[in-house]
Amino acid sequence: MRNDLIIVVVVITALAFDFTNGFHDTGNAMATSIATHALGPRTAVALSGILNLVGAFLSLSVAATIASGLVETNLVTPTVVFAGLAGAIIWNLATWYLGIPSSSSHALIGGVIGSMIAAAGAHAVQWQNLVAKVIIPAALSPVIAGLIAATGTYLVYRISKNTGSQGFRFAQVGSASMVSLAHGTNDAQKTMGIITLALIANGSLPAGANAPFWVILSAALAISLGTYIGGWRVIRTLGKGLVEIEAPQGMAAESSSAAVILLSAHFGYSLSTTHVATGSILGSGLARRGAEVRWRVAGRMASAWLITLPAAGLVGAGSYALANGVGGTAGVLVTLALLLAVAGFIYLRSRGSTVNSANVNTEWTGTVAPGATPPAAVTV
Amino acid sequence: MDKWINLTAIWQILVVGLLAGAGLPALVAIGLRALATPGDVTVAPGPARVTVAALCFAIVLAAIGYGIYLIVKGGH
Repeated sequence: MRNDLIIVVVVITALAFDFTNGFHDTGNAMATSIATHALGPRTAVALSGILNLVGAFLSLSVAATIASGLVETNLVTPTVVFAGLAGAIIWNLATWYLGIPSSSSHALIGGVIGSMIAAAGAHAVQWQNLVAKVIIPAALSPVIAGLIAATGTYLVYRISKNTGSQGFRFAQVGSASMVSLAHGTNDAQKTMGIITLALIANGSLPAGANAPFWVILSAALAISLGTYIGGWRVIRTLGKGLVEIEAPQGMAAESSSAAVILLSAHFGYSLSTTHVATGSILGSGLARRGAEVRWRVAGRMASAWLITLPAAGLVGAGSYALANGVGGTAGVLVTLALLLAVAGFIYLRSRGSTVNSANVNTEWTGTVAPGATPPAAVTV
Repeated sequence: MDKWINLTAIWQILVVGLLAGAGLPALVAIGLRALATPGDVTVAPGPARVTVAALCFAIVLAAIGYGIYLIVKGGH
């Protein structure tokens, strides 16, 4: 049953997913602070990276793995985990390329469920838990976060009457730091859980074991490194694309995000920080007079959220079919090669329209990459 | 119904969320407003205003500390 080569591949793939999770979600915490110039872009991602690292170590209650309660864990094999991660990584990279803040958690859950169905059939999935613990909270959380952020924004503007903008920038950085900390705790643990699950499935760890220290350390490092690299495309969409953001509004949005994420974790809901952060930013935009909300951008995000679970699931199922079809270690290696090829392709495509710390705050003209508009639209 | 959706949790998340997520920013705004003397920016705010601001910021900091405590405790 034990296969050490496959488990090494699974661990590396899980850390790669953790890395994409980091850079995909930098914007959740830092997009508003970057947009209002409360922090320089480089400083913001460095701060968020460090806080993610600290957050990953703050709480070590890794008992709740992402898969337990969603799939029949005794049917999980390392190959199932690998194929699920492949689905999640490809979905994360594709949405990053398009600058869409979609949920890394949903990508991971979708990928693992897809590969689980391909491996053992639909009965291996606990559908009711999936709806009650993932889908319903995902639908409600952006609305609740938006409502709180809108209330906060309304109050702040009623009270402040444009006084003390510098103080608000300071407070905004504080609230964004809380979101980063909560993100490190929540999302790094998801990867720790998935690696532990694979190690148990391989027989490397006894059933019910906690994550070993090297798993905690490597997952914490991978997510904070990813955060530090900065998903500039997603940051730009959240900070500039969705609404125009001022410092008091950004503070209200991040406070709402931090409150909703921490409270939900307290009640045992593992929410998508992305859904919460986006809902908050949208809500803060609705409540500030004169802030234009770009509904086309919001609509694009919402449709991406709807298809995240099934899309990552399809890629996960396809990856499992390929790995299982070729069979054994060779099957996993062939799938890994394909995954690397797709990832490389998306990365090369992104080079054609770079978004980085230098142009992340450029005025929004309808595209993720500044200057990517057709030449006909440019008036000289 | 309870199997699908925990209304008690949602209700509490909404209420406590409003207190923390919207109330704390409002306190920051009150504190900053108290420190900003209307009209003349060269005049320092009086002791009453400073006290109000300090109280607001102290509550906010305490709430943040409690938030970090919740993270360390690890949910549930």
